[in-house]
Amino acid sequence: MQLTNPPQVRRKLALATASLLGAVGPAAQAATADDWAIDTSVLYYSEDSRVTAIEPVVRARKAIGDDEYMTYRLVVDSLTGSSANGAIATSSPQTFTSPSGNATYTTPANTTPLDPTFLDTRVALNAEWEKPLSRYLKGFFAINASSEYDYTSLGVSATLARDFNNRNTTVSAGLSYNLDTIEPVGGIPDGLTAMPTTTSVQKSTLGSSDDKTVADLLLGVTQVIDRKTLMQFNYTYGMDDGYLTDPYKILSVVTGPSSETLAAMPYLYENRPDSRARNALYWKTVHQFNEDVINFSYRYYWDDWGITSHTLDARYRYEMGGGHYLMPHARYYLQDKADFYNYKLVDGNIPQYASADYRLADLSTTTLGLKYGIQLSNDSEFSVRAEMMTQQSEGDAPFPDVDATILQLNYSFVF
Amino acid sequence: MFKTIISAVLFSLLAGGCSLQNVQPWERDILAQDKMQLDPYPVDSYLDDHIYYSKESSTGGAGVGGGGCGCN
Repeated sequence: MQLTNPPQVRRKLALATASLLGAVGPAAQAATADDWAIDTSVLYYSEDSRVTAIEPVVRARKAIGDDEYMTYRLVVDSLTGSSANGAIATSSPQTFTSPSGNATYTTPANTTPLDPTFLDTRVALNAEWEKPLSRYLKGFFAINASSEYDYTSLGVSATLARDFNNRNTTVSAGLSYNLDTIEPVGGIPDGLTAMPTTTSVQKSTLGSSDDKTVADLLLGVTQVIDRKTLMQFNYTYGMDDGYLTDPYKILSVVTGPSSETLAAMPYLYENRPDSRARNALYWKTVHQFNEDVINFSYRYYWDDWGITSHTLDARYRYEMGGGHYLMPHARYYLQDKADFYNYKLVDGNIPQYASADYRLADLSTTTLGLKYGIQLSNDSEFSVRAEMMTQQSEGDAPFPDVDATILQLNYSFVF
Repeated sequence: MFKTIISAVLFSLLAGGCSLQNVQPWERDILAQDKMQLDPYPVDSYLDDHIYYSKESSTGGAGVGGGGCGCN
């Protein structure tokens, strides 16, 4: 806070009002009505022996009126590497067909099978219009579109935020709707039919593409607790309908409950229900001690696939003086498996729905990281963060740990 | 462990509820700071959401909208 600089004070007061109005308000702010506030970033995400992603992001925000803003975001996401195909490790080498059916790949003995054919580039665009609708009411209207070679997503969202109680309380309500289309390599496999193990046999498909809709509803309250504390409470309800299966994932079929011997039809394509109702309760608090700021959130999630989860996230911004800060970050996620999650299936006992995708298993994710930021001028900042993420099994499924390194560079400026 | 966390959360909510201050517009100097916003690092949040959306099976809570991905 620079009390010697009145425009800065006015700007920050205006920003306080703007942000208190919005439950989902973004932060990078334009200095004056004519300026663009630009955030640039590049993410490097790499899993040990698996996926590597490089993801540049540009976000631009501009005031277009009194308390009225446009924010645009462009993301390019480039992905290479291998992804677990769902099959179990066995004591002998295993051969799988690639999603196209035109090639095979072989996994050595006692190794978790990874499909090495992943190579994808995704481009995503988002535009948000933040518009005061009356003295105490503000609207956030957004559109988004993204495209990958096998996946397209189009969506709209609207959130209304109304201030009460001398602007100490904000009540928000939001809706979003997405229409996604998947056109997998090799077509949509018929769920729980056999994956061919040679290129001479074609898999059974249900057409070349399918789609799903994703609708979400948000109800939230943001409350100023005191001069240094802000809290947010949200409930979100989501409904997914359509093709929710991962067309590239399979399950191993063994000859008996305690057997590791593969059945005559050793691999089946997975099959998930075609609807999913999701719920989340979310609490966030931001509090300042002297100059340092803690940002803490907790989410409880549950859905009708049987998944429940807890997510804890804490960031502590430690001011080192002279515009430098250090920010440790810790995140912990604990998930109970989906009802239809199966590490493997037993021949002759195939259920209606089944997936061996480890992301539907009992698992935990632990992330620890550190960010360093420096204010280069009144209008520009550079920061870098490094994090380590580990996912591990929390149940009977003995899938191997997934370890990832996350590196991110940020540069923000105004022009 | 989670019972303790839930109790701590409920306690803080109650404690917070008992000590709500009606902060006046001229007392918002601290709340106005960029680092005191609910989402002070929106690009970091976007990237984190994308990572965890791809690697875990829970979504929602902080807001609505944002778009989907294949995320295999």
